[in-house]
Amino acid sequence: MDQTPPPAAGTIEVSVWRSTGPGGVAAGDGRFETFAVPRAPSQTVLDVVTHIQRYLDPTLTYRFACRVGVCGSCAMVVNGEPRWTCRTHVDKVSADGRLEIAPLRNLPVIRDLATDMREFFDKWARARGQFTGSRTRHEAFAVVAPESAERVQVDLGIECIGCGVCYSACDVVEWKRDYLGPAAMNRAWTLLNDVRDDRQRERLAAVAGDAGCHACHTHMSCTERCPKHLPLTAAIAGLKRATTRALLRGEL
Amino acid sequence: MSPSRRLWRNRNHPAYWAFIVHRVSGLALAAFIPLHFWALGQALTGEATLQGFVVWTDNPVVKIAEFGLVVALAAHLAGGARLLMLEFLPWRDWQKSLFAASVAASVGAGLLFALNLG
Repeated sequence: MDQTPPPAAGTIEVSVWRSTGPGGVAAGDGRFETFAVPRAPSQTVLDVVTHIQRYLDPTLTYRFACRVGVCGSCAMVVNGEPRWTCRTHVDKVSADGRLEIAPLRNLPVIRDLATDMREFFDKWARARGQFTGSRTRHEAFAVVAPESAERVQVDLGIECIGCGVCYSACDVVEWKRDYLGPAAMNRAWTLLNDVRDDRQRERLAAVAGDAGCHACHTHMSCTERCPKHLPLTAAIAGLKRATTRALLRGEL
Repeated sequence: MSPSRRLWRNRNHPAYWAFIVHRVSGLALAAFIPLHFWALGQALTGEATLQGFVVWTDNPVVKIAEFGLVVALAAHLAGGARLLMLEFLPWRDWQKSLFAASVAASVGAGLLFALNLG
């Protein structure tokens, strides 16, 4: 491993995780492979990965779409921290001229840097992450005042694009494999504050169990790493209070 | 779960340190409790035995250990209060300051103990 000579001036030494087994294997089956990539002005980590695939090894597998921080598909672990690679400048994370790029943590690896996101989104569904309203098209629109306390809470968490960075940053997800994770519970919290939704009791029950909000250790790694700076731990703390209140009222 | 060799960087932030301090101080206190009961148990075997033990605890190494114990106790108490505030009071965005206040209270308690040692 890492047998290549030191990179020349104007290049960056990049260690990239490569799967050695067939698709669908755990992240453990693989090794780091080192590439020397030329530096460029305003170069992003995604630019580096793309350079490797286009010019050095076309078999490198990774996922991206928009390149501008909208789609949330290019998240990877860069020098130990999960990040959007498209919005991470090499200058910002590679003071020593080296980069280590690995697939997102806590998710099965399909191949190289591409992870299988199914469990991540399945947990959104398990956290009762679907909106269920009771009005029909024949009724008037619901009026939600923008300045109402509930709507303000929704605003804080609504911008999640489901990139999986928080899920990858969370140690509780690693320790407790059925833990719903920060993004799913943030979704549950925004819906809990949606006054139009009429399945709140089901939602509270979904997040109150062993795998739910009370398993959070308040490490706050999700909040630290969220590229959109969403207050994910605050959302989970909100669920903790809401479920405790419901329990005391005999509603759970 | 991750092949990254630099995962410690993901955990290098104040709230994670707060978790580590709370967990380590809790384990240290749990380990101390049997020792504490053993020391109290010396009274059962006679006044002289207990007195001998109490005199032995005057040595500087034990005093330094006691200082550590007081800091661990204060840190665990402050960390626990921080968690209760976090879980049962409305969220506040100054969580890092809350952690800093917990550290300050713990070190303060340790220093007060140290000042009273003389």
